[in-house]
Amino acid sequence: MTETLLSLLARFLAGASVRWVDCQPDTCQRVYFANHTSHLDAVVVWSALPMHVRSLTRPVAAKDYWSRGWIRRHLAKAFNALLIDRKEIKVHQSPVDLMLREIGETYSLIVFPEGSRSSGQEIGEFKSGLYYLTKKRPDLELVPVHIDNLNRVLPRGEVLPVPLLSCISFGPPLWLEAGEPKADFLERAREAVRRLKEV
Amino acid sequence: MDATTAALFSIVLGLLAVATVIGQVLKRQPETGLNPAAVLAFNGRLRAWWMMSCVLAAAFFFPRGVTVLLFGLLSFWALREFITLTPTRLGDHRALFWVFFLFTPLQYVLIALDSPGRGSTYGLYSILIPVYALLFIPARIAIAGDTKRFLERSAKIQCGLLVCVYCLSFAPALLNLRLIGHDGQPYRGSSAGLLFFLVVMVQLADALQYLWGQIYGRHTIAPQVSSSRTWEGFLGGAGSTALVGMSLCWATPFNVWQAMLMSLLLSVMAFAGGMTLSAIKRDRGVQDYGTLVEGHGGVLDRIDSICFAAPVFFHVTRYFFTAVP
Repeated sequence: MTETLLSLLARFLAGASVRWVDCQPDTCQRVYFANHTSHLDAVVVWSALPMHVRSLTRPVAAKDYWSRGWIRRHLAKAFNALLIDRKEIKVHQSPVDLMLREIGETYSLIVFPEGSRSSGQEIGEFKSGLYYLTKKRPDLELVPVHIDNLNRVLPRGEVLPVPLLSCISFGPPLWLEAGEPKADFLERAREAVRRLKEV
Repeated sequence: MDATTAALFSIVLGLLAVATVIGQVLKRQPETGLNPAAVLAFNGRLRAWWMMSCVLAAAFFFPRGVTVLLFGLLSFWALREFITLTPTRLGDHRALFWVFFLFTPLQYVLIALDSPGRGSTYGLYSILIPVYALLFIPARIAIAGDTKRFLERSAKIQCGLLVCVYCLSFAPALLNLRLIGHDGQPYRGSSAGLLFFLVVMVQLADALQYLWGQIYGRHTIAPQVSSSRTWEGFLGGAGSTALVGMSLCWATPFNVWQAMLMSLLLSVMAFAGGMTLSAIKRDRGVQDYGTLVEGHGGVLDRIDSICFAAPVFFHVTRYFFTAVP
């Protein structure tokens, strides 16, 4: 209920048009990785997926932010968000292990490898989580997602949205090449997201 | 439903049905030698016309509030297309919030509340945006503290609000007019006929200008703005629109000559609107306002001519064809 209402509201505010570029929606296990520009990102990407894919997809979010207060906790639950503790990272409890345990053999993930929201002009350096994720589970399809204009709908530090039009592009999946160094892979992933801006 | 309304709708639906059949036939037969892009554009236009007919049907069959709401939604969508393609800065965010969620709805609420019996809101809705929003927008941006290209940013937002919301809102405001006919007696027909006349004539003017331009066009008016708008198209379109307007005068409070002059006026304003919005698009380097929505042109591409024609048509009608000017 909350979920349907919220995704409708997000769709209305973000006016998002969805494009699948050399990629089709599928229920196979995937990691959608996107540039992070706004608080609305996770919700909008999630509601851009078709219903049957959406129910199997969990956005990854920061625990310290999304477990504060009743409303945020309720929201995180409505989207079936996977909350990750950014502060206390234990040895056998690394975020990547936690994610892999939570998704099992069914769920897909939405991650924002930049870590925190960028200004929207340039895509920041990717954190290494994406690399370890695919190293431990090479069968996961990594789908680049580019979010355009959403930073103008709800920019960093603003509470009230401005209902402009945005565009969500899903690109062709990529995988870790055999023996590919971490830095190269992360740069390639970042480039895949950036390239979607032009097509 | 009176006879006039029934006749109007049968004519429009008949024409649209014929055009739709032609469009579908052309789409299925690629070997006719016609430009496929033109066929696609024609079918896109037809879809927009069907949508406008639905809005017009609402004007005839539902209470006034429904029409006002529909135009309000059109304005809202056109404005978001306009602002999306306008470079704004973080400092404009709060001003834009009030533009979208205060001024736009308020303008339409005031028009919905307007009634000659209970007291007119005309005095407020005719200045709300050109005076109060005009003052508010730069003040709010100034408070946000970002001075880079300050005047340019304010002007762009003001322009968007004026064209997409203020101007368009005069189309449903036509329904508020208490009309007198060309004989000086109170007009007995529905004022929805006026809205019908506005929308149909403006769309027709667009189509006829394009058609004349395609057939006889030699001298382009401003090649940088639009390569398809020619003097031949403009004059031929205006002339033929005037003729059709004369034949539709029975649905309006105008007599034949008044209908002709009104149609000429609408044709000129439709032309002005199309040119202006094209110039803005060329400046931004885009083909359509709807480029973010794949596959079809934007709402603003379809209603640009109505935006320019509506306030002029409203005021001329209000001055000459209502009891209290």
